[in-house]
Amino acid sequence: MAETAAVPVRGPGFDRRTLRKVAGPAGVVAVVLALVMAVRGGLIARGSPLFDVLVDPFILMVDAPDLLLQTLWEGLVSGVLYALIALGFVLIFKASGVFNFAQGIMVVFAALTLVGLYEAGVPALLALALAVAVMFLLAVAVERIVLRPLVNQPDIILFMATFGLTYFLIGLGELIFGGNPKQMIASQLYLPQGSTELMLFGGPVRFQHLDIAAAAIASVMIAALGVFFSKTRIGRALRAVADSHKAALSVGISLNQIWVIVWFAAGIVALVTGIMWGARSDVSFALQIIALKALPVLILGGFTSIPGAIIGGLIIGVGEKLGEFYWGPLVGGGIETWLAYVIALVFLLYRPQGLFGEKIIERV
Amino acid sequence: MLYREAGQFKTSYAADMAVFPLSQDRIGIAVIIAAAYGLALVGSNFLLQAVMIPFLVFSLAAIGLNILTGYAGLLSLGTGAFMGVGAYACYKLMTAFPSVNVIVWILASGLFSALAGVLFGLPSLRIKGFYLAVATLAAQFFLQWSFIRVPWLVNYNVSGAIEAPLRTLFGIPMIGAHATPQVRYLVVLTIVVLLTWVASNLVHGRVGRMWMAIRDMDIAAELMGIRLLPAKLLAFAVSSYYCGVAGALLVFLWYGGAEYDVFNINQSFFILFMVIIGGLGSLIGSFFGAALIFIMPIALGIVVPAALSPFGLAIGSDTIEHLRFMIVGALIIFFLIVEPHGLARLWQVAKQKLRVWPFPY
Repeated sequence: MAETAAVPVRGPGFDRRTLRKVAGPAGVVAVVLALVMAVRGGLIARGSPLFDVLVDPFILMVDAPDLLLQTLWEGLVSGVLYALIALGFVLIFKASGVFNFAQGIMVVFAALTLVGLYEAGVPALLALALAVAVMFLLAVAVERIVLRPLVNQPDIILFMATFGLTYFLIGLGELIFGGNPKQMIASQLYLPQGSTELMLFGGPVRFQHLDIAAAAIASVMIAALGVFFSKTRIGRALRAVADSHKAALSVGISLNQIWVIVWFAAGIVALVTGIMWGARSDVSFALQIIALKALPVLILGGFTSIPGAIIGGLIIGVGEKLGEFYWGPLVGGGIETWLAYVIALVFLLYRPQGLFGEKIIERV
Repeated sequence: MLYREAGQFKTSYAADMAVFPLSQDRIGIAVIIAAAYGLALVGSNFLLQAVMIPFLVFSLAAIGLNILTGYAGLLSLGTGAFMGVGAYACYKLMTAFPSVNVIVWILASGLFSALAGVLFGLPSLRIKGFYLAVATLAAQFFLQWSFIRVPWLVNYNVSGAIEAPLRTLFGIPMIGAHATPQVRYLVVLTIVVLLTWVASNLVHGRVGRMWMAIRDMDIAAELMGIRLLPAKLLAFAVSSYYCGVAGALLVFLWYGGAEYDVFNINQSFFILFMVIIGGLGSLIGSFFGAALIFIMPIALGIVVPAALSPFGLAIGSDTIEHLRFMIVGALIIFFLIVEPHGLARLWQVAKQKLRVWPFPY
């Protein structure tokens, strides 16, 4: 006779829940131990492919810790930049439920506007203010022309509308600014140049000042956004809209204003991202392909979580650089182009909602 | 308006379930196909080479993507890579077995593409909706990387590019530098007509209904007894087959050669736009979408300078290229606002209006 107890009755020994929690880490430890014993016992010999893939990179990591540190730092920096792009996606998705595919081209467009204004003779800081104003106008235009007529359409339609926006902005950007790569005005914006070289773990490790500044600026911006969302009235309104459009409307929040605000915020994030990316390499339309890399970041971190975007970005950045440096030479290099997506794919197979995302519940 | 649809009585179940139940529709399709074949005799070389052949090739790829995204509801951004797999497979087969008729290899190369599609479609049981697009992005970038990193694929050619060798069909040069646009156009037209007929039968039959059930609500479909993984893998396989054949046709019967960058992410987006604008879940929409997205820029390149030249204004070709991007983007947004179901739906609405003309409804 079955009686449904409110509390699971614990019998002697391990219950299923504890077993399942322990299984994962125990499995990893078991695999590592097996590998070590196989190498010691001569089963996996030096020079065999299995050795090259499973053991050699780790030996390299331990042998040259300064290289490892350099790779980790590079990975962290690119991770921070990916997180910045992902942040723009998360902002718009949280508030309007639209996956803004055009975030990448907004980054390029913002950077091009800044550089274009500077080249037209406007002083650097004024150009920065004007670029912010241009992003505001873009937000208003997008809300008016794209979002308002498509209210209440299914998500896939809105996603495809952002595709159209992407191509339109590509054409517009090329028409106004030309297709040549441009130099970002890093020094005029008081961004530090040069690098510091420290002797760590027996080898030189180089830290670019620009990268340190990028990490610092990104952290400040993320903290500011966090405060904005939790403490200010508009931030609360944004979260309300993210939860339910209808409920937000019923308490008097104007959806149109919120959408303009959130696209403007995403535009500012895009401008900062464009400045940081552009300072490290030139400003060109190839940047928008890099924005596609934000997709694995979002998958890892969940689409609606700001801390998730940051952690996802760091994981993808570090994972990508480590993979390229230590495993890339085995297959001829260049695996950076797809490693991030494969990491995200493998992750999705085990946790379809990402690290921080809400669990997907499907009902018939 | 041209004919009454009533009065044609069916006397067998097969006739009742026909795709084109009206005899006028069947005559119409026959006329269109005959006109397409007749175009080979009257069309100029430019029309055939630069307009009709690529239009047919992209329509085929759009049909493939439409089967996956429109009928089965699985968003895919890896179309370009699957086209590439077909093209490289065809190249390897053609150069390894030069005596076999190359049309056999074009149709067989799709099978390799189908295999790649099934492999990268395996996550589709766990991953749904938008996340699946990222899995297909992994396919796109990984396959594009392998096109350049695996020198065996290009027969160890130093330049990394593949070139169409000379092949003949019944003694007439079909592939290679000596093949005339007319011959190539006829071959492409025949293959596209044949494969469209197969796709039409697929989507109007049990398999197509299975895919549409999965698209609408896959949990309910599973409860109904449709096995999800085989059905989704079949969608990936068929879709990739079409994209692979389209890729082989693109390289060998249009470009004449290719390098790995031909099948990049922009190609995938290109085909996706054709499917969106043409109409998801519609075969004729694939043709409409391909026509609009591909032919419109060419028309723009001819019409705009012709319109501006009486005023003495010249417009550079790069400006036309930028305008093309802007117009494609604006068109996508416009169509999504006006008619989210695409040109195919507009065509149906037009036909309905013609049925009741001159009355409004």
